Amino acid sequence: MTATDISRRGFLAGIGSIAVAFSLGPVAVRPREAHAAAQAQDGLRIDETGDTGSLSWLVLTPSGLTIHSGKVELGTGTQTALTQIVVEEMHLDAGHVGYVQGDTEVTPDQGVTAGSKTVQNGGPQLRQAAATAYQALLGLAAQYFHVSKDQLVADNGVFRLEGTDRQVTYDHLVAQAAVVLTADPKAPTASPADYAVVGRPMARADLPDKLTARFRYVHDVTVPGMLHGRVVRPSGRNARFVSIDPDSMARAKAIPGFVSVVQRGNFVGVVGRTEWAAVQAADADTGIQVDWADGEPLVPQDSLPQALRDPSNQYASVEMVNVGDVDQALASAAATREASYFTPFQMHGAMGASCGVADVRAAPDAAGVQATVWSGTQDVYALRGAIAHLLGLSTDSVRVVYEEAAGCYGHNGADDSCADAALMSQAVGRPVRVQWRRQDEHGWEPLGPAMAHDLRGGVTAGKVVAWEHVLCSPTHGSRPNDNPGTLLAGALTGSLPATLPTDPDDSAGRNAPVTYAFPNNHLTGKLVRSFETTGTTSGVPAAPLRYRFLRSTALRSLGGLSNTFANESFLDELAAAGGVDPLELRLRSLDDPRAKAVVEALADTWAARPKGGNGTGAGLAYQRYETQFAYAAAYVEVQVDMGTGAVRVPRVVVAHDCGLVINPDGLRNQIEGNVVQGVSRALIEEVLFDARGVTSVVWEQSDFHPTPQYPVIRFDAVPRIETVLIDRPDQPAWGAGEPTIGVIPAAIGNAVFAATGVRIRTLPMTPDRVLKALESG
Amino acid sequence: MPTPLTRTLMLNGRRLAVSVDDGAEDLLYVLRDRLGQHGPRFGCGVSQCGACTVLVDGEIIRSCVTPLNTVAEGASVETLDALDADGTPNPLQRTFVEKQAAQCAYCVNGIVMGSLGWLRQRKAAGDTSVPSEDEIAAFLSGKSSASTFDYICRCGAHRRMIEAIRQAAPEVLA
Repeated sequence: MTATDISRRGFLAGIGSIAVAFSLGPVAVRPREAHAAAQAQDGLRIDETGDTGSLSWLVLTPSGLTIHSGKVELGTGTQTALTQIVVEEMHLDAGHVGYVQGDTEVTPDQGVTAGSKTVQNGGPQLRQAAATAYQALLGLAAQYFHVSKDQLVADNGVFRLEGTDRQVTYDHLVAQAAVVLTADPKAPTASPADYAVVGRPMARADLPDKLTARFRYVHDVTVPGMLHGRVVRPSGRNARFVSIDPDSMARAKAIPGFVSVVQRGNFVGVVGRTEWAAVQAADADTGIQVDWADGEPLVPQDSLPQALRDPSNQYASVEMVNVGDVDQALASAAATREASYFTPFQMHGAMGASCGVADVRAAPDAAGVQATVWSGTQDVYALRGAIAHLLGLSTDSVRVVYEEAAGCYGHNGADDSCADAALMSQAVGRPVRVQWRRQDEHGWEPLGPAMAHDLRGGVTAGKVVAWEHVLCSPTHGSRPNDNPGTLLAGALTGSLPATLPTDPDDSAGRNAPVTYAFPNNHLTGKLVRSFETTGTTSGVPAAPLRYRFLRSTALRSLGGLSNTFANESFLDELAAAGGVDPLELRLRSLDDPRAKAVVEALADTWAARPKGGNGTGAGLAYQRYETQFAYAAAYVEVQVDMGTGAVRVPRVVVAHDCGLVINPDGLRNQIEGNVVQGVSRALIEEVLFDARGVTSVVWEQSDFHPTPQYPVIRFDAVPRIETVLIDRPDQPAWGAGEPTIGVIPAAIGNAVFAATGVRIRTLPMTPDRVLKALESG
Repeated sequence: MPTPLTRTLMLNGRRLAVSVDDGAEDLLYVLRDRLGQHGPRFGCGVSQCGACTVLVDGEIIRSCVTPLNTVAEGASVETLDALDADGTPNPLQRTFVEKQAAQCAYCVNGIVMGSLGWLRQRKAAGDTSVPSEDEIAAFLSGKSSASTFDYICRCGAHRRMIEAIRQAAPEVLA
């Protein structure tokens, strides 16, 4: 870390390199209060639209500035980065800024917080609102002094009249004003050359409260009269509810604090006055025992690579790239290679099992709200629609309020747990908090799908002359929408899930097209049906719902991790086939100077790499995220235990260009997280399942869970990480939450090849898998 | 059948009695739902992740698998909530913020409380040497002689956390 303190505030205690502010009190304002404040007070507002009742982007009153962000803080530091952008434009200090996020009654709909798009897309919207607000303030100040705007200088909430000692505070100006504007897309913005806050490391606003247990996660939300719910899931993905054993029901009813069992279709939940009562009632040993009829079996796990490629499991095949003539080029290439790759189902595995709170009333309140949901969702508006349809309410009568959950890395159980809470709250007429067990999370969260890849390529005179990639994948997009079947509780109560996508673009196909200038290049995406559909070429779910594969959705970088694992591993294979240095081959194949720059940033490290062999080696990988945003390249060193097959990753170096850097330390933290999770997904992670469903339902195998489970990387396996940031202040700021994770597995695989001469084409690279490959050469 | 229980605890230095309908109720729920603590969190419920970690009579405890009836009468229970009760952050709290050693931070309760318990135990045993980064990593991976508990961080802030613990260690051990 090279962070330095940039705060100029006197009351920040500068300790070490980053200012620590323990005494500031809460940085966030409760949404409802903020909303009331915005409506009641004069001041300056920047609204989304000019309509009465429009939601606001920014509210400036004498008591301070509040940002209303539709993008939510998922634990990645975006609250701090977005705040930096706003205060830069308003010539303010970040310490005074309130932050309200993700509330369907308060914050504009900025869509889902995902895909590394918060700073990238949310940032410019807030920047323009802030620039508009600043121009309005400047105008008020000019009126105040009866001077022209260019005689005024702004500094941390004060306008000074140049050449005099006269000044006026923003607070004073807004106290006299009642100004409501919409964001002006043409409002002048600060010049990057003048940035004082953007581009400097800033300590995260949320961390002090998180370290002192003052922060409130969604798990900590309490509502007056709130009850506690737990879910009891079916015995399998296709299982049907049969009955609840009457004796066990009597036993549950005798639990002190027991309230109710809620059963609708295949949805079963229990409600108690205390969390412990719900825990006991949901436990088959102490509470209800549910009899399920196993449904049709899932496609067996060990047949996945073939099953994904099986045309009878596919409903569409889409040509994504078609340049030149691959067959002809292969026929005349000096050296050719063919290889197949596979990555398994993997899970988000949030550190905290999902939790949701819902208060569903019998009738709307005075404000027209009949159901309120507190959720760690990535999209309060989308969840609102799904919950409304699940409950049979109008969308307008449902309010969804974001409360941060444990890091999600995509569409995990956050939404589903809220649907569980909503169903149970509606049934019992009281607010209900649902805390999933770990087994509910691991066992039922929507997963990142398995993918299979077949590649062919040719190399002549040190250049790639032919490239072909065929990928096969179930959907990566099952997020909530107005269809209640997009929620697990909806599907369990008879609604069908969303229609499967018609093309792989930016989903299964994310980062499937390479950004290399190959003269003959062909890419096909074959889409796999997760469940029975209404026809061989249909992605429409057939009734009754019957899963073939596990339910899948958006996991960090979607298809990008698997596609880049295949692409960048195979490029390494072609480099070896053509006798070209892997770094040199990448440089030769790239046209874009910014792409070349990130690869070249690793050149010295690469030149000084350990000589391959004897289990030690280094590898490289590169990608441009979504082929059009941030550039990331990784250098990875590995040590392979030739006796056990265990792969260690002691060192990773990442070169990264995401344009304008907002918060360099926050960016490094994101890159480091990408690396660590990438190593984990490359070496360890694989969802295990049988004919009924997921069997890897906790972190570790134990006496209580005697079969292999779903572990993730541990502290003693985490590499040392170096980051090289290429800052481009004159370029747009692109997201950094996902670009790096995609290059890690391929770089590891390439390093394992350098270390052992053996190519591992299947994730995860477990000791068993590597040892088998070593033994078979 | 559940057996009601009233237990006296010294929670963060404050003596109190807590009554439950079922003495088998795990300490995590007692602390969160009945005693207003927010530091210990539900992560896995099977003692595998560390999110629920508290110190009971100085010992590192996974409160999600610790029935209240197994906690000794009058036991001292220490949670993250009160580490800065005197107005001064614990050195670990401070260095975690200095190093920005978290992302979502759902795991930090376990990592801070576990490390605190471990460092204090070292000190009590007369070892005031600052542990190396490898030793810290081994502790957090359940591979030290002191403890077999694992700690999970899913966001990938591990290296910063190791640095933060090492930086705070001299003060905790002093």
